[in-house]
Amino acid sequence: MAKQEARSNLPPLDLYVPEPKFRPGDDADFSDIVIPAAGETRRPDIADDHHTMRDLSYGLVRVLDGEGKAVGPWDPRLDAETLRKMLRAMALTRAYDQRMFRAQRQGKTSFYMKCLGEEAVAVAAAFALDRDDMCFPSYRQQGILIARDWPLLDMMNQVYSNKQDRLKGRQLPIMYSAKEGGFFSISGNLATQYPQAVGWAMASAAKGDTRIAATWCGEGSTAEGDFHSACIFASVYKAPVILNVVNNQWAISSFSGFAGGEATTFAARAVGYGIAGLRIDGNDALAVHAATQWAAERARTNQGPTIIEHFTYRTEGHSTSDDPSQYRSANEATDWPLGDPIARLKQHLVGLGEWDEERHAAMDLECAEQVKVATKQAEKFGILGHGLHQPLETMFEDVFAQMPWHLREQQAEMLAEYEVAKAKAKQGEA
Amino acid sequence: MAQMNMIQAINSAMDVAMERDENVCVFGEDVGFYGGVFRATAGLQKKYGKRRAFDTPINEGGIIGVAVGMAAYGLKPVAEIQFADYIYPGLDQLVSEAARLRYRSAGEFTAPIVVRSPFGGGIFGGQTHSQSPESMFTHVSGIKTVIPSTPYDAKGLLIAAIEDPDPVVFFEPKRIYNGPFDGRYQEIVQPWSRHPASEVPEGHYVIPLGKAATVREGSDVTVLCYGTMVHVALGVVEREGYDAEVIDLRTLLPLDIEAIVASVKKTGRCLILHEATKTSGFGAELSALVQEHCFHHLEAPIVRVTGYDTPYPHSLEWAYFPGPIRLGEALKRVMED
Repeated sequence: MAKQEARSNLPPLDLYVPEPKFRPGDDADFSDIVIPAAGETRRPDIADDHHTMRDLSYGLVRVLDGEGKAVGPWDPRLDAETLRKMLRAMALTRAYDQRMFRAQRQGKTSFYMKCLGEEAVAVAAAFALDRDDMCFPSYRQQGILIARDWPLLDMMNQVYSNKQDRLKGRQLPIMYSAKEGGFFSISGNLATQYPQAVGWAMASAAKGDTRIAATWCGEGSTAEGDFHSACIFASVYKAPVILNVVNNQWAISSFSGFAGGEATTFAARAVGYGIAGLRIDGNDALAVHAATQWAAERARTNQGPTIIEHFTYRTEGHSTSDDPSQYRSANEATDWPLGDPIARLKQHLVGLGEWDEERHAAMDLECAEQVKVATKQAEKFGILGHGLHQPLETMFEDVFAQMPWHLREQQAEMLAEYEVAKAKAKQGEA
Repeated sequence: MAQMNMIQAINSAMDVAMERDENVCVFGEDVGFYGGVFRATAGLQKKYGKRRAFDTPINEGGIIGVAVGMAAYGLKPVAEIQFADYIYPGLDQLVSEAARLRYRSAGEFTAPIVVRSPFGGGIFGGQTHSQSPESMFTHVSGIKTVIPSTPYDAKGLLIAAIEDPDPVVFFEPKRIYNGPFDGRYQEIVQPWSRHPASEVPEGHYVIPLGKAATVREGSDVTVLCYGTMVHVALGVVEREGYDAEVIDLRTLLPLDIEAIVASVKKTGRCLILHEATKTSGFGAELSALVQEHCFHHLEAPIVRVTGYDTPYPHSLEWAYFPGPIRLGEALKRVMED
């Protein structure tokens, strides 16, 4: 269809397509990002009506200042022991990621995703939640499991799809499931966990339970319809749920502008649904802890859901499958103005006189050693593609609680095929 | 002529279509600047600008719904769904809207869109990067479903799909993007450059939708297949010395029933091969059609070789994949009967 004759008295329309400010070869400059001073943002009472706190969806809750001091009303006033535990869980998450990423590069598994630079988002939130609160994470919150002391060995077994993998080698690496850890089975489809978290929270409320739910998705995934589904149900039923948006700026190669980030903040999604929204410094473990605690208290006292936007940066590529140097400026990660979450918490502890360089170096060594020991154990149980780690017949289990006739038939066919394969292999040897 | 792998041929098809018709536009997740996670749209944004080649929000229903709206205006949208496994949030727009628009408006509005999507397993993608959902789309009245198996076919079929007046779902077998993988996963896959179908014209040509290709003539048994499985079938037939006729369907809907019927009437035996799950898979439709049209010519029961009726497993991928051994055994069976 040819375009209509332009009306002479009207200017022609133009299609706007967002473009990130910096691409490969550009010198990224973040000086236009508005960063309020730590301690500046007010902390409303948890009983306050969400209408009165819309400004918090557009601000940035920060606790740690440039010198690592905790300031302002959002300071969660954690004791030094808790701070050290949180620091260690973040450091362990980083060490674990580093080792598993390398394992993929060494051909020991098919895929991996790091959370480098985003450790606080998962770890500090897990510290603020109760151990039995239910988490519906995306694929980048391995820090929750580590903060909940889930065994690294169990996680590695999943990554290697080996003999000890509780998920029977069925899932892509990092798509953990840990019911005992309050960690829902990860899906590769985006934002599907969001309405599920709301449903779990609604069930908990309907049953008069005291547990709440929390969920995470990336800012890119907020574009999915499931994000809307979750918000509307959470709003209508005042579900006791925390809806975390991890705004790490990039969804594979698409910058946050393709999820609506140029037009408004992600926390501001809350305004339209009439729920509480907080936009926080996601690289500030204390801000993450404080915001999660605040939202959890609201949920636990039937004040309803909260959307928390964690403003952070995805330091690595999306996964082992992409090369970020192809689509973004090389200095973005190093120049990110909100720093590194581990370095910032470390600085805070040092400032309190509760930590020092020697202890930090010792902790790093200890984490590396812990990861190394677990890796050795895990690799004894096998690595992907080297040997058959799951009995073939297990492929047909768990499709249904009871295996119907057609699956039993197919299972028998597969085992017969395997015998043929073995015989052929033997012939080949002879 | 130029030598192309499957990705290059698909890229060339869009390039040619965009060059010839300024109403053709491409979009999807990571499609614009990055050129797609499999690089199928590489260079198109640079060449045609971001109004015609652009990134989208991560919202498959939105991608397909927007395509329908653009088509209503008069554009020819070619939308990419990054993996076929992600297409389900877009089903409402495809099934309830794109597929029915011509019918419900008695031709007043139409949706000549193409939805491209990599599908199939064999890349250790687990259950969310390996599925073969093609039969679902053939079940919906009003959608054409196309699956190429070579670079030459991919380009000609994709141009035909873009020029087609109706919605087309174009599934690309990602396992053979770089070479004609024949199911022997422990062997090195030959690159497309050693295959004659990698010789692809640089300009415009079409392979009409609805026409199958007899990729190997034979007289003992007809093998019906498409996508990656064409190469699995050819490999087994050659190695095990069957005089089989291998038909690459290329378009599942509308189906080239004439080619199928003529072949089965000639051979008297029929084996159907696809990677998708068995129950209500496209093989069930093929089996019913062959039975309806060729019952009196059949000398043996029709045999289906398919993926099992389970989600696609990660570590047991090769036990799941309907590879050479399963096909070899089935061929033996269909010839013995």
